[in-house]
Amino acid sequence: MKSVLVKKIKHKLKLYWPLIKSLQTGLLLITGFTGYISARCPVLNIAQVLGLLGSLFLTISGSTILNMVYDRDIDARMERTRKRPLPAGKVKPAEALVAGLVVSVIGLLWAFSLSIMFGLVVFAGLFIDVVIYTIWLKRKTAWSIIWGGISGGMPILAGRVLGLGHIDSIGILLALAILLWIPTHILTFSIRYQDDYRRAGVPTFPSTYGIAGTQRIIAMSSIGAALAIGMGIYALGLSWGYLRLLSVLTVGLVGLSLISMYRPSDRVNFGLFKYASLFMLGSMMMVVFGAMP
Amino acid sequence: MKTLSVSDRLFFLITVFLAGYQIVNGIDGFDFWTTLFLTVAFGVLLLAALLLFLFGFEILENKLVVVVATLAPLSLSAALIFAFLPRYKMVYALFAGLGFLGIVFTQFKAPGKIPVLFLAPVHAVAGLIIFLLPLIRSFEGKAPKSFALVGVGGALMGLGGLLLAFLKSGAPILPKKTIFSVFPLLLALTTALFVLGF
Repeated sequence: MKSVLVKKIKHKLKLYWPLIKSLQTGLLLITGFTGYISARCPVLNIAQVLGLLGSLFLTISGSTILNMVYDRDIDARMERTRKRPLPAGKVKPAEALVAGLVVSVIGLLWAFSLSIMFGLVVFAGLFIDVVIYTIWLKRKTAWSIIWGGISGGMPILAGRVLGLGHIDSIGILLALAILLWIPTHILTFSIRYQDDYRRAGVPTFPSTYGIAGTQRIIAMSSIGAALAIGMGIYALGLSWGYLRLLSVLTVGLVGLSLISMYRPSDRVNFGLFKYASLFMLGSMMMVVFGAMP
Repeated sequence: MKTLSVSDRLFFLITVFLAGYQIVNGIDGFDFWTTLFLTVAFGVLLLAALLLFLFGFEILENKLVVVVATLAPLSLSAALIFAFLPRYKMVYALFAGLGFLGIVFTQFKAPGKIPVLFLAPVHAVAGLIIFLLPLIRSFEGKAPKSFALVGVGGALMGLGGLLLAFLKSGAPILPKKTIFSVFPLLLALTTALFVLGF
């Protein structure tokens, strides 16, 4: 009896794991932790760190499941996503909807129990992601990615708010950096899988402004992200060593962005996307190591 | 073109982390210009490894690589001159500046063998400074013994530079495949020796 139950739970977890986009959720958790550490609060406040990571994990996972439920018709029409559990019929939409709502609500309650302000920022992230981005704008305009970016910037802002107790300009700069980085991710994929998106009827930058225009936007967005994170790290008062390293990495990012703008190609564009991702990960590591007491 | 193996990627990552560590922690305590030159030198090593990690060996085909690769020995040798032979800093700064501009110009504008004729002496002077100065300072007791490792790193850097330069000139010393097989390890080892030496 017990082994049957364990098997059933294991099976469900296996089905639900792809629904939470573990890599994306993991990256957003890293940004949340970075925001928290940037406030230079006591790192060994294990209960608060666990609360931060636990509540963020649940709300981000919950919102991702809800997005998957709402977008299952689009996913079914796209080659890249049609094998996901919902369009493939492995998970029932009603069951996933309940799971998404329950997980989100538990995450939100946990977040509000830690701090009202932290809870509000986490709620804003979830609301913007699910309601404004996915339900309202994603099928209407290519510019919906701005809202996707804003919701992606919420975990780092939330982490800083939990450590600091209030919203400050550094937190907004860090969130802005994530906001500007997210288009490099979404737009690169919308170029790579433009036929998929066309088939699904989702408006994207490549379908609205063309490939070259989109590549320019990716490049400008990457430079903007570098400027925002640079200003954030400078404002945090990290040592000159970190600023030197950030300058070196920024030179590489700006160089690749300029090549992508003036000599665009799939290879350079995808390379820029990968570089920008490593740049952002490196910046997060710098904030964490630089702000640690 | 050889595709990147797991060990290639690992060596490039090691180079990135070592150079990054050195930029953050290893070059404080020098004057402004020495710090700037060291940042450029380690920055070029870091970016070279990172771009090779992302794009593979194909990136070495680009003409810009020669120009950017020149920055590492020139800036490292300039840092050594500024830090240990300040009497010659203006002369060397002039040599390095003009040498770099000359390399940029000849790479893109000069025909035939002229780019190589310009590249070779500039690299040779910079390479000799990086190789000899730390060894001499170390053996004279004017610097810690470990500083000699910078000279050994300089020799390896020179070896890597020679292998690539001859490969690009169409008369490779070793088969292309062998060069690309040893290059990631050579880059990581060179950076490690610089980090240990400073």
